[in-house]
Amino acid sequence: MPHDDHDHPHALLPPEPALRVKALETILTRKGLVDPAALDELIDAYQNKIGPQNGARVVAKAWSDEQFKKDLLEDATSVVTDLGFYGRQGEHMVVVENTPEQHNMVVCTLCSCYPWPLLGIPPGWYKSDAYRARAVREPRKVLAEFGVTLPPETAVRVWDSTAEIRYLVLPMRPEGSEGLSEDDLVALVTRDSMIGTGLPKVPT
Amino acid sequence: MSTCVTYTAPEPAFAEPWHAQVFAITVALNEDGRFDWSDWVARFSATLKRRGLDRELDGGDDYFNAWLETLEHLLAEQGATAQEEISDFRNAWEEAYLTTPHGEPVRLAPRD
Repeated sequence: MPHDDHDHPHALLPPEPALRVKALETILTRKGLVDPAALDELIDAYQNKIGPQNGARVVAKAWSDEQFKKDLLEDATSVVTDLGFYGRQGEHMVVVENTPEQHNMVVCTLCSCYPWPLLGIPPGWYKSDAYRARAVREPRKVLAEFGVTLPPETAVRVWDSTAEIRYLVLPMRPEGSEGLSEDDLVALVTRDSMIGTGLPKVPT
Repeated sequence: MSTCVTYTAPEPAFAEPWHAQVFAITVALNEDGRFDWSDWVARFSATLKRRGLDRELDGGDDYFNAWLETLEHLLAEQGATAQEEISDFRNAWEEAYLTTPHGEPVRLAPRD
């Protein structure tokens, strides 16, 4: 049976909110308030260029260069801006360093504030009510669900992002990564390790 | 020393095309100075809170539905769009999808 012709004689109807978004875009375009080409560019940038690879570069640099790390912890915004990682939701960035004494974890309890220039668009779980509520209430339990078990002597500190301040976690450099180049280190830095819900990969 | 670690393929930034579209519209309007980001965050947080009262929202469709509602309200308040206009164009798009043969690009019928 010719599947296509029978089941989809016409174009597939998108879901209700998609139709409303299309309506908004049409209206705003006709009024000259948005430019569809500019929207495509924005989407392309967030889909392909702006993502955790940027944050991973920053972390790898901090692992390789003591002075860079010092500057980063003192004034992350200007340091990452110098690397070209600036823009929307990156106006004021703070880097918090994991140590054997303290593990850091980031949440936005109000909505989903996140350092876009360094990590891109947050994953679904970061935006969920469940994570936003539980990260503060029971961080160790949430960490365990992400597969992270910390030694009991390591304290967990949760940082609540706002429209004004975005946090990035600087994870501890994994054991066995001595002597690796900055490029090789980048590959060890996962997105979750920079949110604090994961640890960097260990070199194999 | 060589390593064979590779960067795992990231998840797509947006799960649905309309998530990306409503996101881009909002960011573009903000960049044009139509509203402050902190104002957006306050409004969006309020929508999430209200919608999350009776059930737990997920970070996908629930989240972007709240986003869309916030944007619609903000634009209506600013007088940029009218509710009637939105339903009008929404219906026009629906009609376009239902009357465009499968596989062909969907476009709005020209209007007078």
